[in-house]
Amino acid sequence: MAATNIPTNAHAQEAPHVQHHATGDHHDEHEHHEGNFLTKYVFSTDHKVIAKQFLISGIFWAFIGATLSTIFRLQLGWPEATLEWLQPILGSWVEGGKLDPAFYLALVTMHGTIMVFFVLTAGLSGTFSNFLIPLQIGARDMASGFLNMLSYWFFFLSSVIMFISLFLETGPASAGWTIYPPLSALPQAIPGSGLGQTMWLVAMALFIVSSLLGSLNYITTIINLRTAGMSMAKLPLTIWSFFLTAILGVLSFPVLFSAALLLIFDRSFGTSFFLSDIYIGGEALNHVGGSPILFQHLFWFLGHPEVYIVIMPAMGIVSEVMATNARKPIFGYRAMIGSLLGISLLSFVVWAHHMFITGMNPFLGSVFMFLTLIIAVPSAVKTFNWLATLWRGNIRFTTAMLFAIGFVSLFISGGLTGIILGNAALDIQMHNTYFVVAHFHLVMGSSAFFGMFAGVYHWFPKMFGRMMDEKLGYVHFWLTITSAYLIFLPMHYVGIAGFPRRYYAWTGFEMFNQFADLNAFISIAAILAFFAQFVFLFNFIYSIFRGRRATENPWRSTTLEWTTPIEPGHGNWPGEIPAVYRWPYDYSKPGSESDFIPQNVPYSQTVSSNLPYEKEME
Amino acid sequence: MAIPHAAMQTAATAEAPRTGTWDGGNEPFKASYGKLMMWFFLLSDAFTFAAFLTTYGMVRHRHLAYVGKAHDFFFSTAHWPIPEKVFNAFPGLHGIDIPLAFVALMTMILIVSSVTMVLAVEAGHRMDKDDVQKWLLWTILFGGMFLGCQAWEWTHFITGSEHGLKMADGSTVFGANLTVNEYGPVLFADLFFFITGFHGTHVFSGLCLLVWAFIATSNGTFHKRGHYEMVEKIGLYWHFVDLVWVFVFTFFYLI
Repeated sequence: MAATNIPTNAHAQEAPHVQHHATGDHHDEHEHHEGNFLTKYVFSTDHKVIAKQFLISGIFWAFIGATLSTIFRLQLGWPEATLEWLQPILGSWVEGGKLDPAFYLALVTMHGTIMVFFVLTAGLSGTFSNFLIPLQIGARDMASGFLNMLSYWFFFLSSVIMFISLFLETGPASAGWTIYPPLSALPQAIPGSGLGQTMWLVAMALFIVSSLLGSLNYITTIINLRTAGMSMAKLPLTIWSFFLTAILGVLSFPVLFSAALLLIFDRSFGTSFFLSDIYIGGEALNHVGGSPILFQHLFWFLGHPEVYIVIMPAMGIVSEVMATNARKPIFGYRAMIGSLLGISLLSFVVWAHHMFITGMNPFLGSVFMFLTLIIAVPSAVKTFNWLATLWRGNIRFTTAMLFAIGFVSLFISGGLTGIILGNAALDIQMHNTYFVVAHFHLVMGSSAFFGMFAGVYHWFPKMFGRMMDEKLGYVHFWLTITSAYLIFLPMHYVGIAGFPRRYYAWTGFEMFNQFADLNAFISIAAILAFFAQFVFLFNFIYSIFRGRRATENPWRSTTLEWTTPIEPGHGNWPGEIPAVYRWPYDYSKPGSESDFIPQNVPYSQTVSSNLPYEKEME
Repeated sequence: MAIPHAAMQTAATAEAPRTGTWDGGNEPFKASYGKLMMWFFLLSDAFTFAAFLTTYGMVRHRHLAYVGKAHDFFFSTAHWPIPEKVFNAFPGLHGIDIPLAFVALMTMILIVSSVTMVLAVEAGHRMDKDDVQKWLLWTILFGGMFLGCQAWEWTHFITGSEHGLKMADGSTVFGANLTVNEYGPVLFADLFFFITGFHGTHVFSGLCLLVWAFIATSNGTFHKRGHYEMVEKIGLYWHFVDLVWVFVFTFFYLI
């Protein structure tokens, strides 16, 4: 007994331990893993491995989604051109050099589905919630590693089914990513509403299971597993955004699940939930009594929170990256949390602004318009706070910082047109035009991508132990932001001119000819954006193997993930989990020797910089 | 050298991080992550059911209600049926009109199963293995009875009456399925099968969990673990399913 427990010895060992957290100076204490390749890299329960699985799957899907958009941009930019050279890939979809119009619908549908769900939900939340939640709150892993693993494999299964549906003879789902019935419900309506739509629904049901398992884990981990001292008001904004995103997912995805289940019954078992009074080829179908508007309500009850599920993690990442690289505390930390809460609440009561012209009662439309426009308030609070964080900052233009600034720029540009579209009267003119396409591609599409890029560049050293190349990062950034604006700014004009979205070609309309060159211009920019992403892909893969080796805290950041070893093992911290004493934004604190004070440094060690109210905590 | 070390040590121990409810390092709701997950899952599931019941409300609103005296009521695809006229049979009492008696019995059985579930959870708190087993078995029994009743109710609904309903095209329809309905608009049957079926699936999953928990209890798995939290979590699910039934019952049979 006595031999193993010598008090003085224990103290002597613990003292440097405290110091060691303070300086963030870790030496490699290797964690020994049991398990083989399969349990370590494939069926892993380690949140860091699962995060990388989500990231790599997300990148794969992003390239598929981008390829689809490039193909339909070719069609829209040069409707007369021959696409025969695509025949080796697309086969009979380009018979005689002309893109099959049915396949065009499949392209836009799958582009939307893939980007919204597989890239910007699974790829973004799946990657960063998994990776950062345990690391930033000071936990060894997610609450349930097993469910977390299941979450990825449900997503994987869903991905496989969705991917296979791309190769069906009748094509994948083609009724738009919103899959409105009756178009999506009746196989006789379009080829894509056959097996493709069935597989779409099955894949999405599995996707929802995956999302639910993931979100339950994120929520309970944040509630129960925060390290000592990590109160809710000391959480980095990333964690707040992931937390609220997960809550939105838990409450809104089940409604899409309901809608999908009802639609499956309408399609396969002869029910009429969404169908009524339909004639095909002059013959009446025996579906009566259902309501397609009902589907829209159910769909958008998910669909609208979904855009916040996409954008909020990006907001969190940007806040974190921006404070770190401006070497300033985030401006209005509590206002940032408050506005996230406000956005989350409002996101559930604005869905019908997607349905202003469906014949909904105009009074109801004005209620939804009012609620929609209120979202401008928390959004403006956030934007103002980001700008104020940059104001007089000691800005370091890392690649991640550039993408974070790019995010704010795109969010403002796209957000402004949201005020126009949120107006029920203006929407009569604007609905279903390219103005809408331009709006949401800027405000949630591109900007969520920018948030994701910021996150990848910023946390790459923690993920892979190496740095991504900064010069290639700059090239990637400038090409991407330039082409993003070159694509979507002209699209507003095209939209105001009345170009309807989802049209295969506008050549049949005399009045649209004047913008033919503008459409070609947009397509050129889209192709440029597509190729710019290969710079990222190269940088990403090359840096995993050959990148400059990372140091422990390359960005001199305050949050807990940088107190782990360069390549943390399963369990994250070799020794004890550090305790937390302060908020995550002590950058450039007056009186401090260093321009950042990590969260795990007690006030007693920073006497020179403590504020009056912090003195008592010394 | 030893003195500064010791000094530092006291400094470090003196300022332990804060230890309030929400200050981290503890479970703020005094609930394990598993229990929290169950709560959030149930919240999510509640939204699924809410969507179905909203569907019910909206579809019903789109159909004409029957106008006239209740005792003159007749089945027609033109108006939504009065539930009391549809669900008025009782096993063994053929041809006698007893509105809602059978569904009331079903509801009673399910509520009793919730009570026995509470007793199982309570026995778990006392670490009384035999009592847990006993009450789980009762819960399984009542849950199974509920499903059996539902099977009878469905069979009756599907088989229909002897006289059937004459349709506009001259044919006669007996009973109901997803595409025809003797009792009224086809969507009434669609919704009945879909929503009670979805609820029944939940009861069935609950039963599977209960059977599993019963076996684990018998094997002493939870006793060795030192707590019966798993029984408690299944209990939460079971009560939720019971609660949902109350809503389904209200929508389909009472309103």
